[in-house]
Amino acid sequence: MSLMFPLRIRDLRFQPNGRAVLDGVDLELGGDGITLVLGPNGAGKSVLLRTLCGLIEPCGGTIDWGGTVPPKFGVTMVFQHPMMLRASVLENVALALKPHGIGRGERHRRAAAVLARVGLGGREADSARYLSGGEKQRLALARAWVTAPRLLLLDEPTASLDPSATAEVERIVREIRTDGTRILMATHNLGQATRLGDDVVFMSAGRVREHAPVQRFFAKPASEEARLFIQGELPWRMNF
Amino acid sequence: MVSERRLSKRRRSAILPPMSLFAATFSEAFSLLATFDDRVAEIVALSLRVSGGAVLIGMLFGLPLGACLAIGNFPGKHTLSVLMNGLMGAPSVVVGVIVYLLLSRSGPLGDYGLLYTPAAMVFAQSLLVIPLMAAITRQVIEDAWQRYAEELRVMRFSWWQSVTTLLYDCRHSLVVAVLAGLGRAMSEVGAVMIVGGNIDRATRVMTTTIALETSKGDLPLAIALGVVLVVVILALNAFAFAMRGWAMRRYG
Repeated sequence: MSLMFPLRIRDLRFQPNGRAVLDGVDLELGGDGITLVLGPNGAGKSVLLRTLCGLIEPCGGTIDWGGTVPPKFGVTMVFQHPMMLRASVLENVALALKPHGIGRGERHRRAAAVLARVGLGGREADSARYLSGGEKQRLALARAWVTAPRLLLLDEPTASLDPSATAEVERIVREIRTDGTRILMATHNLGQATRLGDDVVFMSAGRVREHAPVQRFFAKPASEEARLFIQGELPWRMNF
Repeated sequence: MVSERRLSKRRRSAILPPMSLFAATFSEAFSLLATFDDRVAEIVALSLRVSGGAVLIGMLFGLPLGACLAIGNFPGKHTLSVLMNGLMGAPSVVVGVIVYLLLSRSGPLGDYGLLYTPAAMVFAQSLLVIPLMAAITRQVIEDAWQRYAEELRVMRFSWWQSVTTLLYDCRHSLVVAVLAGLGRAMSEVGAVMIVGGNIDRATRVMTTTIALETSKGDLPLAIALGVVLVVVILALNAFAFAMRGWAMRRYG
């Protein structure tokens, strides 16, 4: 057992204006690996991630971080469209270390080291806003990685990227995992799930319908919804 | 010299048709500018010092105040926002009278002896500029906050760190707030007249000189100073516009 894990989510609910976006989510995650969260639009994937990193206050249920209080910088998140400050690539990565109380020189040194690992070495002085979509996403991953989080939440980071940029992001995600960070990633990309994931959480209508190792999920989905989703026949926002 | 000029002008106005009088006034104003004397230079320099000082104080207080209003979540936030918006159009003479009461010998700040000094004028203009800059800043930062809030919260930014980060990120857009403050300060006449007293070679600035010379009938000098005022404001705006353009091309 490691700090913050196993992560146990019990009966997690989020119902703005009476509509159940999370309708009693139950989930348990161990301390290692990459878990892919799959499901149709409106299934509650992004809301689950936002709840885990504290952006959304749930209406009910519990989140147990291995019986401990999660460290302040233990959980971080990368969004589908990451923000880029009007500053250099280096400044944008070093920004994440500002709340850590680290001096400017050390922030820049650590940021430069991580930028090299995501393939943006030599681009430190460039304006972050002029990076391509794939480069922006790599910068966002570097910004999360530089804080050495225990849990990294990724909300469809490759949704608008071409195949080569997607492959590069997947390489970086694997490296972050190798560094000891637990990863929970929402995606619609089934191929990505098979390439990247250790296990799959399948959600629909605000509930976890299935949690299984990747091979088993794709070979023998336990639920009819999952089978339809894999076959591409699950209607958008279908309620079960 | 001045009275002679005024007499000749009165005589001319009696015999010249209106359009010719208009052209003659401007012609005389431009010849005054061509022989830019020390007194005019002194007035221009004091105007820039007073308005520049007020804008600096406005930046120091107005920008963070606007950002705090945009990001902060505290009781009375909306009331304060409405108050700031309302104070943007506060009549300068009213602000002048309030500052006069504060700085007069029997007022709470009377012991400092600031009344009828440039410091009093800076104080009065700052009170006019701060709400204007704060209100514009609030709008700019609020838009940015909507885009950045989630990521800054995920990175565990404190409230104050968010304020400073967004002020830095919106620095090019906030030039508008600074220019608006500068325009308000430089064109203001009521407050500086009341708290400065329009004392020759001490607290006389361009706007108060223009008002005085117009009432005396010395229109060429008033026009000449008006031209300087407009040129200074245009030059500062052009410089800020060019800097903003460069920065936007550089950082996106």
